[in-house]
Amino acid sequence: MAIEWEVVIGLEIHAQLATRSKIFSTSSTSFGAAPNVQANLVDLGYPGVLPVLNGEAVRMATLFGLAIGARVARRSVFARKNYFYPDLPKGYQISQYELPVVEDGSVDIVLDDGTRKTVGVTRAHLEEDAGKSLHEGLGANSGIDLNRAGTPLLEIVSEPDMRSAKEAIAYMKKIHTLVRYLDICDGNMQEGSFRCDANVSVRHKGRHEFGTRCEIKNLNSFRFVEKAINFEVARQVDIIEGGGSIVQETRLYDPDRNETRSMRSKEEANDYRYFPDPDLLPLVLEDAWIERVRAGLPELPDEKAARFVAEHGLTDYDAGVLTASREMAAYYEAVVGALGGQAKMAANWVMGDLSGLLNRDGLDITASRVDAARLSGLLSRIVDETISGKIAKEVLEAMWDEGRSADEVIEARGLRQITDTGAIERAIAGVMAANPKQLADYRSGKDKLFGFFVGQVMKATAGKANPAQVNDLLKKMLAG
Amino acid sequence: MTLTRRDVENIAHLARLGIEEQELPVYAGSLSRIIEFVEQLASASTDDVEPMAHPLEDQVQRLRVDEPTETDHRERYQQNAPQVEAGLYIVPKVIE
Amino acid sequence: MSLHLKSAAELGRGLAAGEYSSVELTRHFLGRIGQGNGRLNAFITVTGERALDQARRADAAIGAGRGGPLTGVPLAHKDIFCTDGILTTCGSRMLSNFVSPYDATVVERLAAAGTVMLGKTNMDEFAMGSSNETSYYGPVRNPWDEACVPGGSSGGSAAAVAARLAPAATGTDTGGSIRQPAALTGLTGIKPTYGRVSRYGMIAFASSLDQGGVLAQSAEDAALLLEAMAGFDSRDSTCVDAPVPAYATQLDRPVKGLRIGIIREFFGEGLDPATGDAVQAALDAYRRMGAELVEVSLPALPLSVPTYYVVAPAECSSNLSRFDGVRFGHRCRDPKDLLDLYTRSRGEGFGTEVKRRIMTGTYVLSAGYYDAYYLKAQKVRSLINADFKRAFADVDVLMGPTSPTPAFRIGAKVDDPITMYLNDIYTIGANLAGLPALSAPCGMVGGLPVGLQLIGPHFAEARILAAAHAYQRESDWHRRVPPAWA
Repeated sequence: MAIEWEVVIGLEIHAQLATRSKIFSTSSTSFGAAPNVQANLVDLGYPGVLPVLNGEAVRMATLFGLAIGARVARRSVFARKNYFYPDLPKGYQISQYELPVVEDGSVDIVLDDGTRKTVGVTRAHLEEDAGKSLHEGLGANSGIDLNRAGTPLLEIVSEPDMRSAKEAIAYMKKIHTLVRYLDICDGNMQEGSFRCDANVSVRHKGRHEFGTRCEIKNLNSFRFVEKAINFEVARQVDIIEGGGSIVQETRLYDPDRNETRSMRSKEEANDYRYFPDPDLLPLVLEDAWIERVRAGLPELPDEKAARFVAEHGLTDYDAGVLTASREMAAYYEAVVGALGGQAKMAANWVMGDLSGLLNRDGLDITASRVDAARLSGLLSRIVDETISGKIAKEVLEAMWDEGRSADEVIEARGLRQITDTGAIERAIAGVMAANPKQLADYRSGKDKLFGFFVGQVMKATAGKANPAQVNDLLKKMLAG
Repeated sequence: MTLTRRDVENIAHLARLGIEEQELPVYAGSLSRIIEFVEQLASASTDDVEPMAHPLEDQVQRLRVDEPTETDHRERYQQNAPQVEAGLYIVPKVIE
Repeated sequence: MSLHLKSAAELGRGLAAGEYSSVELTRHFLGRIGQGNGRLNAFITVTGERALDQARRADAAIGAGRGGPLTGVPLAHKDIFCTDGILTTCGSRMLSNFVSPYDATVVERLAAAGTVMLGKTNMDEFAMGSSNETSYYGPVRNPWDEACVPGGSSGGSAAAVAARLAPAATGTDTGGSIRQPAALTGLTGIKPTYGRVSRYGMIAFASSLDQGGVLAQSAEDAALLLEAMAGFDSRDSTCVDAPVPAYATQLDRPVKGLRIGIIREFFGEGLDPATGDAVQAALDAYRRMGAELVEVSLPALPLSVPTYYVVAPAECSSNLSRFDGVRFGHRCRDPKDLLDLYTRSRGEGFGTEVKRRIMTGTYVLSAGYYDAYYLKAQKVRSLINADFKRAFADVDVLMGPTSPTPAFRIGAKVDDPITMYLNDIYTIGANLAGLPALSAPCGMVGGLPVGLQLIGPHFAEARILAAAHAYQRESDWHRRVPPAWA
């Protein structure tokens, strides 16, 4: 009998907080500067210099804690994690250890099949990022760039609540959505602003105790997280089924080979010798301060989706898609606002044709070539029957490519819908005259030919005739 | 507590301190005496005593305004660096 | 009277009155350093040109009527304070090539007060020592007896002021490093409340204990200098945002009615009897001046040395990790790999005592030992702190000896770290509790000075300075100069 395996996954997400200056120094955090020009004396760990905490990083961590219903610690402590590495200038990382600023929250995820699940967030703590080691073109050496050193990180540690790679992705996407809603992280995974390590283990289904876990590092895209977890699960199951046992270790995901491999350099017994950083005092947050932060909480994705369902009559699915990013939701709401309703139509257009064009050109909704005002302008022309839905698709493409408004495109291309009954009747008469055989067949009972006549009329009017009118008039005139 | 030569090697490695072979027993001796000396702390009764990390108990962490004010002084700071290339601090290859 | 026999306060007044210029004064002291430093080894770096430059600017300021009480007064900085564009070694081979690109707050403030920096003084390596024998630059000699140590770690500052190579000097005190050398060289030295003086630019030894201060000829000088260097600094999170009192104008507070607590634990075994007698005589003088003396007991205080030798090494082991041969400081030749770069650079760059403390600290923080040593020490630190609090509920000032013995001979204690550590048995308590404490000369034993220690509650610098000043009006120990250097 085949054993059924259960996968247990916990994620540690590192989100770079979108402060302008670093967590303990006044250097800029902007990305892409020449090596070491954004590393000041504090970032370089110069003798005699001291850390001074950036209040904005604390506000952002607090905001996150409030957003996931966590406990925001009234008193938290910065500690030193001691280890030697060239990208760690002081020989220790300032982090929070025993007393983190955020504890005990949760987020809800929705899986593809529509099931909901709550994932616990054990803690989220503030810490500083390390620099980068570069190896290209330096022969037997490495080069150290400390521009990133001291960038604020929020490390978000989940409970081992996820049972598949899909759940892990859904959770990670949820956190990704959340930090962007809160405007505390740009979420740019390519630049490393949002990174993830996964703790993965397997156990026989029904068992309570966890199996031995491995930590997989270097997961900088949703796709890699999924692939790495699936690889790792298969590897662990293979080992156990082959009679072996799992060694607790840190493994690195190699996307080129789609495999995880042991990081022996990290295997050397780590003894981080954590202790409270004597250069920093306890971080004490007053209730009033926390309430001020709370007042700045935006509407969160789950709340927004619920409102779209309740007030706009959208389906759960549509509401979920539209609230996946704050910008997408804002765009959709702007369209609905300008139209004064028509939520379902607005949702379909944003999720359908507009998203198609965005995908085609690899653009984010904030860079859309048709803004919300123009899209609502287009949709209002469908509503007032100036154009048909079908023509509107063509108009949208033209708006996108030419940078013009819907009305400009409609005018320039003469796409205004024909609603003049006389004009439509003339077109129908012409079609009937040109197709006597089909007319005769229809009148002798071949109802199916109705579609043929619709097509011919639309063709004769270059698609501009109002389809409903065409239907009505055709029925009458064909009947004789 | 008596520290062995092996203990000293382990601690020295953790602290990345190169210790000459012949100095190991010397350090083992003096570190053992120090550890033995501080072990008298065990005699103090500290049940229910809060650890004191900091001499000013009422002080709390101040928060700085988020404003980048630093300008580029790379040239100057790297004058103290033993080896620099293309603005990078150079070390023997870091193996991951 | 020769210029070098005047106190900093007197020199400030003479400069303001136009009796001499700062340039003259600076030349005078630079001349004395040139002649005497070879014997004492008090300075690591002498900054003659920069000093004369500052002196000229000070003279101009005085001429323009913009002078303050310290404008144009020369002084020396302990080589633990970073000085922009000047070698800053911390007494270590590790930083023997380190030119700081910035000024410590203390250096910046004293420069803004118009003082003239003569140079950087010798010290125990990274301030770890009580005799100045751990310096990479060699031991400093005590001007009272050149076969003896000046104390440490601010030994160079102490010797320089005692021999009148400088009118005053800065120091730092982690476990007694200002007060003990002040006591051993006949000076007045104050370690203020933790957080009173910015630690920015002061190379860290043990961050929760380190505090900058002054070694001077009198309480009056100490008050003037402390006033100039103290105060809030946003670059140090542990620096307290509270106004700095005008210490120098509060020196005449009466001693009459002052409640002085005599710490019983400081007069037991280990205290040299003659030193004890000198301290007792000073206490008698306070009684005559109208103070009320009461004996107090701080039962946890005898554990201050073991507590300190867990906390300080733990913090230092982490603070000194930044010296890795990558961005500054000593780097070994031809490292074969990364591990070799670290271990050899650090092995070569640090001396024996520093390595010993890094290893002690690494050990007490490591997995399996943290609770038994580090956490335990932090709890005992709480007990010691509570003892002080209890005592200050009843008395205004605590007094006792600064050091168990007068200066000892160079080499006498280098072989046993514990014997050396016990030199700080009376001074460490104030660091653990963050209290202001001062040592003032109160007698001579066998031709060597003895110090009286005054400890106050948090931020009571004005009180202990005034108490020391009152004693200095009734005595002349602080005016004595080593005969060879008069």
